[in-house]
Amino acid sequence: MSAALIEAVVSFFLVLGGLFVLLGAVGLARLPDFFMRLHAPTKAATLGVGGMLIAAMVDAAALGNPGARELLIALFIFVAAPVSAQLLAKAALHLRVKSRAPLPEAPDRDA
Amino acid sequence: MLATAIGFAFFCVGAALVISAWRVFAGPDLPDRVLALDTLYVSALAALVVLGIAWNTPLYFEAALLIALLGFVSTAALARYLARGQVIE
Repeated sequence: MSAALIEAVVSFFLVLGGLFVLLGAVGLARLPDFFMRLHAPTKAATLGVGGMLIAAMVDAAALGNPGARELLIALFIFVAAPVSAQLLAKAALHLRVKSRAPLPEAPDRDA
Repeated sequence: MLATAIGFAFFCVGAALVISAWRVFAGPDLPDRVLALDTLYVSALAALVVLGIAWNTPLYFEAALLIALLGFVSTAALARYLARGQVIE
């Protein structure tokens, strides 16, 4: 691959990642309740970091020192983000954080 | 072209850091603040990755890996504290 093509690919993924990180933060600031805010950073910021790590991997491979570190970070982020989102959702349900959606009905004990 | 892209990525990540820091202070609920801290560490990770590309050194990726590990552990511990009242039962 030519150097210009590699530079274009790295630039593209950097811009994509930056846009997604910004999108996650804007969603965190603008969405109206906690459970909506929960989804914006966990999806968009993860995808953004994923894009940046792809850029870093392509850059490092083009410069002749490919490593497993970037892949390791990406794998860890992809595993960690849904887990922390689920833990936060459980904590918010426990604290009865205000939501636009109605809470689910308690199960009927008599039936 | 790469320099422009790096500058743009820095701008986006910096704006994301400022916005999520605002959400840490604005709240309004405790889970909101913890979620904002979670976003903050992900954005800091992204900033380190962009720095690693800009200065062309593998050192920053080690730091990014450490931030990823410690950030997840701290978010999990805080969420567990909010849900249960204690971290380790």
